[in-house]
Amino acid sequence: MMKLNDIVIQTTTKFVLFIILAFSIFIFFNGHHHPGGGFIGGLMTSAAITLLLLAFDFETVKRILPIDFKILTASGMLIATLTGMGGLVFGGPFLSHTFGYVHLPFFGEVELATALLFDLGVYFVVVGSALTIIEMIGGDQ
Amino acid sequence: MFTTLHLAIIAPFFIAIVVPILYKYFPRTHTGWFVLFVPILLFLYFLRFIPETSNGNTYHAVFDWIPSLGIQFTAYVDGLGLLFALLITGIGSLVVLYSIYYLSKEQEALNRFYVFLLMFMGAMLGVVLSDNLLVLYVFWEVTSISSFLLISYWYERDKSRYGAMKSLLITVVGGFAMLVGFILLYQMTGTFSIQTMIQSVDDFTEHALFLPTMLCILLGAFTKSAQFPFHIWLPDAMEAPTPVSAYLHSATMVKAGIYLVARLSPIFAISGEWLWLVAGFGITTLFWGSFNAVRQTDLKGILAFSTVSQLGMILSMLGVGALALHFDGIDNNVYIGATAAALFHLMNHATFKGSLFMMVGIVDHETGTRDIRRLGGLMTIMPITFTIAVIGSFSMAGLPPFNGFLSKEMFFTAMVDVASFQQFNMDTFGVLFPVVAWVASVFTFIYSMMLVFKTFGGKLQLGQLEKKPHEAPFGMLLSPIILISLVIVFGFFPNILAYTVIEPAMASILPSLLRNGEHFLVDIYFWHGWTVELFMTMGVVLIGTVLYLTLRKWKSIYSLFPKHLSFNHLYDTTITRGESLSAKVTGMYMTGSVKHYLIYILTFFSIFLLYVLFSTDAFALNTDHLAPISMYEWLLAIVLALSAIAIMFAKNRLATLIILGVSGYSVALFFVTLRAPDLALTQLVIETVSVVMFLLGFYHLPEIAENFKKARFQVKNFIISFLVGFTVTVIGISASSTRLFESIADFFPKASYDEAGGNNMVNVILVDFRGFDTLFEILVLTIASIGIFVVIKLRLNEKEER
Repeated sequence: MMKLNDIVIQTTTKFVLFIILAFSIFIFFNGHHHPGGGFIGGLMTSAAITLLLLAFDFETVKRILPIDFKILTASGMLIATLTGMGGLVFGGPFLSHTFGYVHLPFFGEVELATALLFDLGVYFVVVGSALTIIEMIGGDQ
Repeated sequence: MFTTLHLAIIAPFFIAIVVPILYKYFPRTHTGWFVLFVPILLFLYFLRFIPETSNGNTYHAVFDWIPSLGIQFTAYVDGLGLLFALLITGIGSLVVLYSIYYLSKEQEALNRFYVFLLMFMGAMLGVVLSDNLLVLYVFWEVTSISSFLLISYWYERDKSRYGAMKSLLITVVGGFAMLVGFILLYQMTGTFSIQTMIQSVDDFTEHALFLPTMLCILLGAFTKSAQFPFHIWLPDAMEAPTPVSAYLHSATMVKAGIYLVARLSPIFAISGEWLWLVAGFGITTLFWGSFNAVRQTDLKGILAFSTVSQLGMILSMLGVGALALHFDGIDNNVYIGATAAALFHLMNHATFKGSLFMMVGIVDHETGTRDIRRLGGLMTIMPITFTIAVIGSFSMAGLPPFNGFLSKEMFFTAMVDVASFQQFNMDTFGVLFPVVAWVASVFTFIYSMMLVFKTFGGKLQLGQLEKKPHEAPFGMLLSPIILISLVIVFGFFPNILAYTVIEPAMASILPSLLRNGEHFLVDIYFWHGWTVELFMTMGVVLIGTVLYLTLRKWKSIYSLFPKHLSFNHLYDTTITRGESLSAKVTGMYMTGSVKHYLIYILTFFSIFLLYVLFSTDAFALNTDHLAPISMYEWLLAIVLALSAIAIMFAKNRLATLIILGVSGYSVALFFVTLRAPDLALTQLVIETVSVVMFLLGFYHLPEIAENFKKARFQVKNFIISFLVGFTVTVIGISASSTRLFESIADFFPKASYDEAGGNNMVNVILVDFRGFDTLFEILVLTIASIGIFVVIKLRLNEKEER
């Protein structure tokens, strides 16, 4: 097979990747008040890594991101379930959330909600599942 | 309360559990010796009830089994139950004794045999001593199952398995019908107790379910008792070991149906249908059985058809005995004689048929064959067996001085009396009864003579026999000798039976005829004077002798019946045709093609939904609340529709994928115009990721991609897809035109900030208000990814193994 020179796409990817990742994280944190959330954020992160996969080969991506996506999925499920259990600990029903306004040194007045933790679980599961699937189908020789 | 009587009924089951242990730890002793004491003890135990029942008393013990459903294990001992219990345990003892000598300790799996036999014995005792219909049914089916197991005792033979299957199918079909009948009886009376039903019998004879109930129950009784045309299983059941044939298929199990008819007579017998069905089927069976017995060449075949015929005879007498109910009281009531005759013949048949089967077993055991064409001249070699055969057969043929003569005379009396009855068309068709009975008796005479003289008379054909014949050991002869001496004792002193068992049993069958303190008087005697019956018997002997001697000349009439018109042929073709038909039907719709299944599902789905929609008048079209459609939406709808149509004409998979992407993105744009930013975002990204995934998939599936063909147009598929689309559209329009309740959407905008602290209502619903759904949706994702992982990895591993 002829060796293709895909330097343009690889270089572009290196720049674009971080923009997408940053945007996906922004969307994730933005979810509680504006369009976005764990699901879209997760998908967007997966899209960024998929771009990486398209530009480079599987081994390279594996080296850059030494993550087992199955474990990522599992930890996402664990976070989501534990967040639900949190409600039980404080005597409420399963998956009851709470929120409060905290003054943080750098960010100032910030709203923190336990729903965000649940969303983090969703985020992990979406990233983990999407990438497991892509890795399996694409990486199957 | 659990009484000794209950224990007696189920004792055989308990002993059956112990049998394999005894078999294993006492290999030197024949297991039958351990079993033998069970029926003997039970026989002695049941004998003790005779004084009670002959005084007209009954014994009644209730054990709650499922009281909430009205199911009690009620042990009920009266004359009829006791008669059968004595028969079961008495013949049971003799059969066990006989089997000890018949079955070899070394070659047979005795543990199985005795377990099945004891199971059968317990079940049979349960049938005859239960007052509760459902308990009776349970025991009834256990007799079917244990009979099935016993017939297929030599399961390595094809014929045994065939016979076992046949008997199970037929008796279970009947048993099931009987269960339906029992349940209908419960519907009518509100109780499962037979005695309670009998007390309230006048209340439901006019009930609409009365006749169906009767038919269902009679079907059960007829199949079990091998009545025409369900008799076909009995000759095939002769593949069982001979003790089994003697016990189950002549003396006890086949009489379960007769027991049922007798037991339920007080309920049904008042109706004319009962009389005609029971007596009619009985007399038909009598003729058909005796007629067919003559053509058999196998000794057990003859005995099987003879049993069929004799059972028919007993049943016809029970049917005729029902006529007695149309008269008041027992004075000058000639028809009660028929019931007495039925019970007397029941006992007689058990004695002579049991001994005849054992005799055949001995002949088979000592010569190695049961074929009458190869047997002959055994008279001098096996004198005791010959004596047994002569007495048994002559009793069966109805010759004096044996007990068969007496019951046959009583039978003729009953049949002659029928013709003079004035109701139920008996005065016109009733004359058939004595005629058929007489003809059947002639055939009975012929096959009884065949049984004796073809086996023991004539010349000895040593070359035809597998073994050199000699007299059987004494132990084997003991049981038939006991039975045959009973034949003689009952022949000379029939009234010892009359007072002890027959009269109380009649009291159970015809309870309504007795006033307080009365009891039946049965007096059986030899000499009636020069009556019609005596001339009939003389005619039977005369014509029978002539026909037997000329048997060779007229035997060809049997070949006049074409083979494919027999009931066996009907049964076989029903089974094979049934199998091939169901295979064909299943093969017709279970094609294995997913496309076909989709067609069934979708067609059913749309037709069913459309039917419900229009039959309940739910279709509605209301345009009042509709929003105006903007230009963007028109445009997007056109793009979406075009892409949907274009996808059908795509020439390769890549084009399909791209057009699919177009429709996915236009749906995302729809979300934008309908102001759903979260959905639009998700749809866009999902669409992108899935297109990438498809591309990856295609890249690795080259051979399928190459074989891509443009979808062919098929009218059928077009109609179905049109139908589905139409259905969904119509339902969508109806649903949006009908607003039954206020939407809960007004709750969320305010609550999502006040209570959950978020401005993005969609996200708040997803993670907070309805977080539970989300939790399981991410679980779905997890399972999907793990599933894909496993599918791909597992396939690789298999490849590596190869």
